[in-house]
Amino acid sequence: MTDMPMEDAPVRGSLTQVDARTKKRNAAEKRFKAYGIGAILIGVAFLIVLAVSIVRSGAPAFTHTVMDVEFTVTQEEFDAAEGELFKTKAYSNLFISKLAAQLEEVGLEIDIQEDAIERLLGKVGADIREFYRENPDALGTPNRFELSASSRVDGYFNGRVTRDTLVESRFLMLADLDLVDVLHEAGIIKGAFNWNFITGADSGVDNPGGAGIGASVIGSFFMMLVVLFLSLPIGVAASIYLEEFAPKNRFTDLIEVNISNLAAVPSIVFGILGLAVFIQFMHLPQSAPLVGGLVLTLMTLPTIIISTRASLRAVPPSIRDAALGVGASKMQAVFHHVLPLAMPGILTGTIIGLAQALGETAPLLLIGMVGFVARGYPEGVVAGFTDPNSAMPAQIYTWAARADASFYDKAWGGIIILLIFLLSMNILAIILRRRFERRW
Amino acid sequence: MYDVPTTERGVISNQVKFEAKNVQVFYGDTHAIKDVDVEIADKTVTAFIGPSGCGKSTFLRCLNRMNDTIDICRVEGKISLDGDDIYDKRVDPVQLRAKVGMVFQKPNPFPKSIYDNVAYGPRIHGLAKNKAELDDLVEKSLRRGAIWDEVKDRLDSPGTGLSGGQQQRLCIARAVATEPEVLLMDEPCSALDPIATSQVEELIDELRANFSVVIVTHSMQQAARVSQKTAFFHLGNLVEFGETSQIFTNPIDERTESYITGRIG
Repeated sequence: MTDMPMEDAPVRGSLTQVDARTKKRNAAEKRFKAYGIGAILIGVAFLIVLAVSIVRSGAPAFTHTVMDVEFTVTQEEFDAAEGELFKTKAYSNLFISKLAAQLEEVGLEIDIQEDAIERLLGKVGADIREFYRENPDALGTPNRFELSASSRVDGYFNGRVTRDTLVESRFLMLADLDLVDVLHEAGIIKGAFNWNFITGADSGVDNPGGAGIGASVIGSFFMMLVVLFLSLPIGVAASIYLEEFAPKNRFTDLIEVNISNLAAVPSIVFGILGLAVFIQFMHLPQSAPLVGGLVLTLMTLPTIIISTRASLRAVPPSIRDAALGVGASKMQAVFHHVLPLAMPGILTGTIIGLAQALGETAPLLLIGMVGFVARGYPEGVVAGFTDPNSAMPAQIYTWAARADASFYDKAWGGIIILLIFLLSMNILAIILRRRFERRW
Repeated sequence: MYDVPTTERGVISNQVKFEAKNVQVFYGDTHAIKDVDVEIADKTVTAFIGPSGCGKSTFLRCLNRMNDTIDICRVEGKISLDGDDIYDKRVDPVQLRAKVGMVFQKPNPFPKSIYDNVAYGPRIHGLAKNKAELDDLVEKSLRRGAIWDEVKDRLDSPGTGLSGGQQQRLCIARAVATEPEVLLMDEPCSALDPIATSQVEELIDELRANFSVVIVTHSMQQAARVSQKTAFFHLGNLVEFGETSQIFTNPIDERTESYITGRIG
């Protein structure tokens, strides 16, 4: 049938002998595999270094040093202290005498100065007075106090503060460390899990020990609610319209190009846009999760639209034909058949978009969520959206920028919490995809 | 090729279902269908044959306006169903497609249960008042699709889990469930093995009792076996249209003869 005259096939060597070309090709394949393995190993090595350094630097944020003391205050002692002119001082002295008695029991003896205790524990007298004024029933029965030690004591135990490097100041004297050692030996000063770091709110710049990430987790949560409930319906509706209904012309091409471009716009641009539109023009409250959520919605929308359109496009056209062929309207075809099949892709895209938004710091810088000290939890749901708050990445940034070295630990600890949230969101995305994935 | 067996059964009805006059179809600048005039009778199997790219599938898809989904496709001329112009502005293609069902080349069941596949059409058109009626309709349709006995015990299992031939019969059952008047079939057997093909062909012959069937096929034997009327398309033109027995035994046009004897195609 062919016009070419057939020639005899060239004579080839034996199959048992590998010829030069084959050798070369095999060598090239081996080299390529080696590069691939090398690349993966480098990636894994970086990942391990990253994980180890984050855990090592962040772990101290989850423990703190506490002074665990148990003693009884009688009614007479309470009355006597309340009768004094300097009540807090009276309680401090009461505490010191109780502490000394406890040390004596285990056979240790050291002179405890009032100002030394204040350097180690802060205004302990005020704390004890407040406790007994609020709980007068506790008088006369033994009571256990777990008092947080100052961040310098934390530093002494995790090696940041040593006797050699200590500069005596109003925060810590060399003699205080002798007292700390004795108390440690008696088992009164010890390390404990710092629940306050997870549940608490941020503290001022002078109190790293009391800083917690809880309030900013709540801030992030309200922000993500705004992002989810705005960007998912808007994004999915926009993608369905563009993909299934919109005519293909220059105008829709332009929209398409712009959506792709928006996905690549630096997040700080969205931040300044949010500042101009939401705060300066619309006068929404500054530093509020509502505004943060609105800005992050703008940022997340392109991501959701692009992934939704991709998953809609991945649904085979034969399914649309089948639905139209039995007389379904276009909308019925989309909502009954196409959308359910595209759901796993849409969910994955949405969760990845949310995870991106959760870790975003730059736009929050401009709307005042960075540097804001969230000293408490919002009261109620509405306040959660409108009260000034911080968000996790913003809180981490704030801590990292503070002068006190103890905040450095907190920043790392905050990163661990943030990564836990991100990882669980990604795992959720994978589970949802597996769960809803259907073959056709 | 003159000894191809043809059906002995004559055309039962001469009542015209579809009437196409001077139909032109354009894909952008390409003139895909030129001056097609054809009358499709009720309760008859009409076969469209012709080489690849001759426009027979395109013309078939004009009959239930499936070409509307292709942006660049433009249809001119007049196609009427029972006297109504189906390209009239007042005609909703959704209503048209309920009357004119379609079976596609590749079996395309929904990724749902067998029951839901068949029940989908009746549900969106409101053909059943209650669950019992719907159950009856599903059973009737599956019986008409000649697949009831094979699936009656597993109506809840996914339709995509059936074999290719079963899937195609399920798609036919799905198409007849909306009680259409015309059934369009676009190469329904091209993805099937010979056994499944003969089952579907038998089914087509039975469906003729209730519907007008239009089938596009590449197999001339199939056209000869199942149809009473045959239309031969070539390069966008309707070359010849007539009784199947006449087309296969005594074609008038030279091109028809060349095609059915295997010289062009």
